[in-house]
This record gives sequence, structure tokens and C-alpha cells, in this order.
Amino acid sequence: MDWKTKEKIIKYILLIFAMSSIMFLIGIVIVLFREGLPIFYKIGIIDFLFGQEWYPTYDPASFGILPLISASVLVTLGAMIFAVPIGLSTSVFISYIMPKSIKNFIKPIIELLAGIPSVIYGLFGMKILGPFLKDIFGLPTGLTALTASIMLGIMALPTIISLSEDAITSVPKKFRDASLALGGTRWETISKVILPTASSGIVTSIMLGMGRAMGETMTVLMVAGGASAMPEGILKPVRPMTATIAAEMGETPVGSNHYQALFGIAIVLFIITLSFNIIADLTRKRFYKKVSGK
Amino acid sequence: MKETNIDYRHLKQKVIFSLLGITLCVVLLILAVIIYFVVKRGIGVISWEFITAMPQNGMTEGGIWPALLGTFYLVIGAIIFSTPLGVFAAIYMTEYAKKGRLVSIIRIGVNNLAGVPSVVFGLFGLGIFVKLLGFGVSLLSGSLTLAIVILPTIIRASEEAIITVPDEYRNASLALGATNWQTVKNVVLSNAMPGILTGVILGIGRVAGETAPIIFTAATFFTMRLPSSVFDEVMVLPYNIYALVTAGTFPSKQIPIAYGTAFVLLLLVLLINLVAVGLRLKFSQNKR
Repeated sequence: MDWKTKEKIIKYILLIFAMSSIMFLIGIVIVLFREGLPIFYKIGIIDFLFGQEWYPTYDPASFGILPLISASVLVTLGAMIFAVPIGLSTSVFISYIMPKSIKNFIKPIIELLAGIPSVIYGLFGMKILGPFLKDIFGLPTGLTALTASIMLGIMALPTIISLSEDAITSVPKKFRDASLALGGTRWETISKVILPTASSGIVTSIMLGMGRAMGETMTVLMVAGGASAMPEGILKPVRPMTATIAAEMGETPVGSNHYQALFGIAIVLFIITLSFNIIADLTRKRFYKKVSGK
Repeated sequence: MKETNIDYRHLKQKVIFSLLGITLCVVLLILAVIIYFVVKRGIGVISWEFITAMPQNGMTEGGIWPALLGTFYLVIGAIIFSTPLGVFAAIYMTEYAKKGRLVSIIRIGVNNLAGVPSVVFGLFGLGIFVKLLGFGVSLLSGSLTLAIVILPTIIRASEEAIITVPDEYRNASLALGATNWQTVKNVVLSNAMPGILTGVILGIGRVAGETAPIIFTAATFFTMRLPSSVFDEVMVLPYNIYALVTAGTFPSKQIPIAYGTAFVLLLLVLLINLVAVGLRLKFSQNKR
């Protein structure tokens, strides 16, 4: 075999490897739809998505997932209220105010937060934060939407910090120099020049942080409390989509309505997180166009 | 005229910078508190026996050896599957593909795979490996599922490592008459190796802590024996922690075991991350 043919064969073999991510993504879609789509026909798409009662094991069972969707949205938004201001200001501090020598030391430490397994966050939420909030607010249980929000917020912090920091540092230096030369203070430069330029990169980081919070499973399973009624407030136990799947899949017979409904929830979850990721991809592209000036 | 007063503007900057600094301290404090909590509650449980003994009496006594071993096997399995896949994918994207539509589609695929919720990977593993391919709830199903979970991490790290290999190296090799593949194999890969290794180690850290993808594909709460084939169910550290604190029937005995297990897991994961960071630092110093 001459080397040109060999090169070609190698190229196509490598292409197959490179396509693996897309193939797995398509595989995930196929599995979810194959197992979960029947429930949309049986229950009706409106009753499934907007039904307010999730009693999968009752007779007759009801499969309305609005409480679960609402719970996921509630804890994700709660997490962002906590994580976005802290994450953003930390990333500004690290990228523009802190000396570079300390920065190289601090960044890996913050990345450690991303390395801690979710089950350990869950344990912390259950045993420390939960009881703490219970005492403060005088609640019957410390496992609530608020507890889950705070834990998810902590878990989203490293994503938001490190991606925002990347966005802020990739704003061209001449922008900063121009503002300083015009007599702006460093803070005025940051707030009026750097942050507006980096805004789409920051949006990317927030979207990815939201995706992570919405898809996080073990922590919410352990700290959100697990009540499947419509969420009534931030201090009540709730049951997000991921927790429902993880908690109930083990006990349900393969192929039953309940089993299909759990895959149905996964379809909804997958579509939501996929849209976060796509928005993040789009804003990231816009950001690179902006800073590269093309 | 307050707005234009330079002293006022500097004061304002000082106040705001201090506030920003405080938020950084809050973040570091959170990290410290979590680590302190796990260490404080867990370290008292740790003994040589706790690490090396079998569990006894329905996970109320004894050690965590099977869970430690199970986690080790899962990590090895996941890395064996995902490292070649990820590295070859990265080679294609950086060394073979022309910049254009195909590469950007592949990149979208990688980014979106990275954003798939972990429990959805679990369902995929359940549907494909456990049911369709008939591997059952087993070490093999769990390893394959986790391999997909960390694939994006490995692809991105490998890509980054390969891109940083200077073009002169490639040109020198090509000028000597080497083919593209020979250049990749002999020149590019050996120079990119530390970076690729960093990615693999970060992947190991992630696999060791992942729980949701293995609940339905590999994990079991309590077995009396060690896994003897790839088709066995395994005990794993993170699932063990979850099961002990949520489903344990003797909380007074099982919660301390959960803390001990959490301590071991956290220590492992932090060490793994530390190695990755150290490797990255050393690598970037060598480059200069």
C-alpha cells in the first residue's frame, strides 16, 4: 500500500473517532425518544407538561410534570441569584485587580470547587446547611428549595468565575489603555469599557452555569426535600426533574407507564439544557467576533 | 460637582474594589468550610482497617474496601475507553480536518455533550449498555457510560495540548519526508503528551466522583464479595455515601461510615486535581 492510500485510510478512521461525540449525542436523543415518547401519546403532551399532579404510583396514576419543571426552574433561578453576583465580582477582582502572581495561585484553588464530587456537596447541604437554615427560619425541615438553590449556586460558581474571567481577560488591552489615557479610573474603565465589551462572554458563562445547575442531580436529590407537589415557596421542599428520575428509576418496572414518564421528563430536561448550551455557543461566537474586531 | 471630583472617584474605586475582594474571600471561605466539614467529621473514622476491610452487617460495620476497588475499576474502565477515542478525535480536529463546517459541527457536538445532565447519561447507559447490549448492571456498563461523560473533557484537553505544539516541529518532520501520520505519531503526540495526560487525570477526578450516571448502570449498595468479572455489579465510593445517608436503616452507625467514605473520596479527588494542576504548571514552564 502506498503512503497516500494509507494516509487517506488513517484520515477516515480518525474522522470516525471525531464524529463520536455527535454520534453519542444522537444516540442519547434516540434512546430518550424511543423509551419516553409513548407517554406523550398516552397522556397527551399538554397534560404531561402542564399537569399539576405527579402521582406515578397511585391508582389511577397521574403523570403531570409541571411541579417538577417548576421545581427545577425555581432552584436554578435561586442558584443564579446567588451565584451570578458573587461569581461576576470575583472574576472581575481576579482578572483586573489582583496581582498576576497571586492570580496564578488562586485560580487553581477556585477550580478545586469544580472538582469536589456532587455527592459531597449533597452531604454538606443535608448535614450542615439544611439544619442551619432550619434553625434560622424555624422550618419543619431544612431540606428545601432554598437549600438546593444555595448548594447549586456554589456548584455553579467555578463555571461562572473561570469563564467570565476568561472573557474579561480576552478584552484587548488597547480598550483599557484608551480608557485610562482619557483619565478614567480603573473602576470606571472596568465598569464602562471592559464589562460592556465582555458582556456576551459573561452571558455565555451564566448560561453554562445555569445548564449545570439545572442538570445537577445528586445534590438536589439529597437536599431539595423531594416533595412532588407544586412548589409553594422557596422555603418548602421541592422535587426537581433530575431528582425525580434518579430517585424513581430504580424502582419502576422497565416499559411501564412510570418508566416511560421518567424518560419523558429526561426529554424535557435534555431539551432545556440543550437550549442553554446552544445559546451559550451563540453568545460565545458573538463575543469572539467582537473582541477580534472582525 | 461630586461626580467629577478625582478624590471622590478614587474613593469610590477603593470601596468597590474592597467589596469585590470580599466576594473572592467568600468563595474561598465556602471551599474551606466544605473541606473542613468533611475532614472534621470523617478523619476520626479513618483507620487502616476502614480502608482495607470488607463491610459487615449490612454496611453498619467494617470497611469500604470493595467500594474503593469498585471506584478504581470504574475509573480504569472509563479511561481505557475514552482516552483513545478522545485523543484520536482531537488529532483529527487539529491535524487533519480543514477549518470549516465539519469541524464546527463536531465542536458543537462536543460542547453539547459536555452539557448533558449526568442523570441523562445514566438513562442512556441504561437503555444501550444495560438493556440493548445486555451487559446488565455491571462494571462494563458503568465504565462505558462514564467514558462518554468524560469524553468532552479529554477531547478539549488533547486539542489544547496538540495546538500548543509549535508548527516548526511539524514542518521539520514533514520536510524530512515524513507523512502527516508519522509526524503526528512521532512528533506531535510526544510533545503534547503532558497536556493530554493532564486532561486524562482531570477525567479520572471527574469519574471518581460521578454518581448519577452509575446509579442505574453499575452501582450496588452492599455486596459481600469483590467484583470478579466485568459483568459484576460494583460498590463505589460516591454511591455508597448517597445510599448510606439517604437509605441507611441504622443512621447512628451508618452516617459515620458515610463521613469516612466522603473523606476518602474527597482526599482522592483533591489529590488527583493537585497532580493535574502540578503537571500543567510544569508543562507550561517547560514550554517557555
